[in-house]
Amino acid sequence: MSWFSRLLLLMAMAVLAGCGKPEFSDAEKKTIASLALNTLPPLKADTTNRFADVPAAAALGSTLFFDTGMSGDGMVSCSTCHKIDRQFQDDLPQAVGVGRTNRRTMPLAGVAHDPWFFWDGRRDSLWAQALTPLENPLEHAGNRAAFAHYIKARFGERYERIFGPLPDLSTVPANASPLGTDAEKAAWSAMSDQQTEDVNRVFANIGKAIAAFERSIAPPQTRFDRFAIDLATGAKPKDDDAFSPEEILGLKLFVGKANCVTCHTGPRFTDNSFHNTGVPPVKGLPPDRGRIDAVRQVEADPFNCFGAFRDGDASACGELRFMVKAGPELIRAYKTPSLRGAASRAPYMHAGQFASLDEVVAHYSRAPASVEGVSELHPLQLSDRERAALVAFLKTLAD
Amino acid sequence: MASLWRYVLAGLGLAALLAGILSVVYLTTRHAPQLAGTDISRSKTTAHGLFVASFEPEKGAIRQGELQSWLLTLKTVAGTPVQGAAISVSGGMPQHNHGLPTSPQATDYLGDGRYRIEGLKFTMSGLWQLHFAISAAAGSDTVVFNVLL
Ligand code: HEC
Ligand code: HEC
Repeated sequence: MSWFSRLLLLMAMAVLAGCGKPEFSDAEKKTIASLALNTLPPLKADTTNRFADVPAAAALGSTLFFDTGMSGDGMVSCSTCHKIDRQFQDDLPQAVGVGRTNRRTMPLAGVAHDPWFFWDGRRDSLWAQALTPLENPLEHAGNRAAFAHYIKARFGERYERIFGPLPDLSTVPANASPLGTDAEKAAWSAMSDQQTEDVNRVFANIGKAIAAFERSIAPPQTRFDRFAIDLATGAKPKDDDAFSPEEILGLKLFVGKANCVTCHTGPRFTDNSFHNTGVPPVKGLPPDRGRIDAVRQVEADPFNCFGAFRDGDASACGELRFMVKAGPELIRAYKTPSLRGAASRAPYMHAGQFASLDEVVAHYSRAPASVEGVSELHPLQLSDRERAALVAFLKTLAD
Repeated sequence: MASLWRYVLAGLGLAALLAGILSVVYLTTRHAPQLAGTDISRSKTTAHGLFVASFEPEKGAIRQGELQSWLLTLKTVAGTPVQGAAISVSGGMPQHNHGLPTSPQATDYLGDGRYRIEGLKFTMSGLWQLHFAISAAAGSDTVVFNVLL
């Protein structure tokens, strides 16, 4: 062997030895451990919904979730868009129910841990959220009087075993709602206070049953979680649980230089808050200003935590009570989505703006200015290799 | 003899190479922002010296991601409890140019200069700043607390 080839051999050995050195600093290890699924706290009781953990309520909720009878045209159920075998979403840039909506269907794993619902957080409980698509003309296109009649006719007995006696609906119009068509609105205003209160109560209970079901939708363990546990315990990762150098680089960027973990934090990879990240609007869709417009909507919602249909006391209403109501940072701010499973459910963002994770990461690398309001992002100037590494890491959260 | 020199040379070259690799790694790894010097004391004299303000989380520790309340105690520099103060709270994360995720409020006066501040929430780890604007009989003043999570 010539001296030169010996030198090459020595160099190769030195580089290899370098790779065998600890891959993560103690601070990185701590952050990585905080992202693992085993740190997800048990679901807190929802005192605003006293049926939240009643199995019969969850069972009825599950029936309703998949029932196309729960729609104006008999064709749409929650599961039309929230598909059980697709992480409870539909792979479309904008959801399609009775009509085409302006936003992307959100996946539902772990959703019951959230304080706010929808991309803009315009509802403050899972049960109040469930009522919204039911009356949206583009989604279920139903009305609450019709839903009350339907529940009585179809699920009367099951309903009464959980919620107690149904009200007398014999004089309630077939179709009526304070939202809805002009005819429905007129029918609603002609109803007595007792009647509207009765219908609203049945409607709220529909939401409470569906919410009880949704509480059972939990995020599954992923390869990342197994890797994180091994890293924390010092165990040697089994077979394909070990991360490739590219995945390790991606994880290091995620918790380090790329700053992803500032917003995508904790075991669900979300801070449950709202941020303007400069995602561009979709041409042809109506103006969408995100959180800033949602504040008034959640305040005006009769089913919000301050409303008459909350169970328990108002001490559960802290999020609504101390909500940020104004400020430039709410303009085009959207809820930080969980990144669990994201790699296998393109497209991305609140209106499906990006078709692939490559496009998402390219967006973060460039950090363009927001069309309105100010993006919180700063350009990262990631190299091709770094962008590919981030994508490789995100994939470990989906297998 | 000549071959020994080759090995020495190779060793030196290798050492230089390693040092090079290490320094590149060192220079490209971003280090945690230097927060060591940050004043995180929980008791401070307000900006114009009117009050001494101190806080403690009502439930002991500061937890990330949970709504929580603090007790803010206001005294004059001479040590008398400050009563009837109007307090407003603002703040944010200076390194991420965003404000607080909630709007905390002083909701209760508990006597002895102690005020309950409700609705605080720290959604991410890092440095947070909380500004309290205090106005009482003695005048108006402000204080900023740093919170490191
Ligand atoms: C037409 C498709 C469609 C139907 C039908 C539909 N959803 Fe959705 N869902 C969406 C879209 C789109 C969003 C986001 C909308 C927005 O932000 O404005 C969403 C958001 C949600 C969220 C909020 C998730 C989060 O992380 O904040 C929940 C929960 C939810 N839907 C549950 C339901 C339930 C329960 C039903 C049935 C009562 C239902 N959806 C019916 C499309 C649909
Ligand atoms: C300032 C907070 C913030 C930071 C930092 C951040 N994100 Fe996001 N992320 C968000 C918000 C908010 C959205 C949704 C934006 C929207 O729909 O308009 C989002 C959306 C995403 C999505 C799409 C998920 C989906 O279901 O649509 C991915 C993937 C993602 N981020 C990855 C990353 C990566 C990788 C980084 C680091 C390079 C990062 N994020 C940094 C807040 C942040």
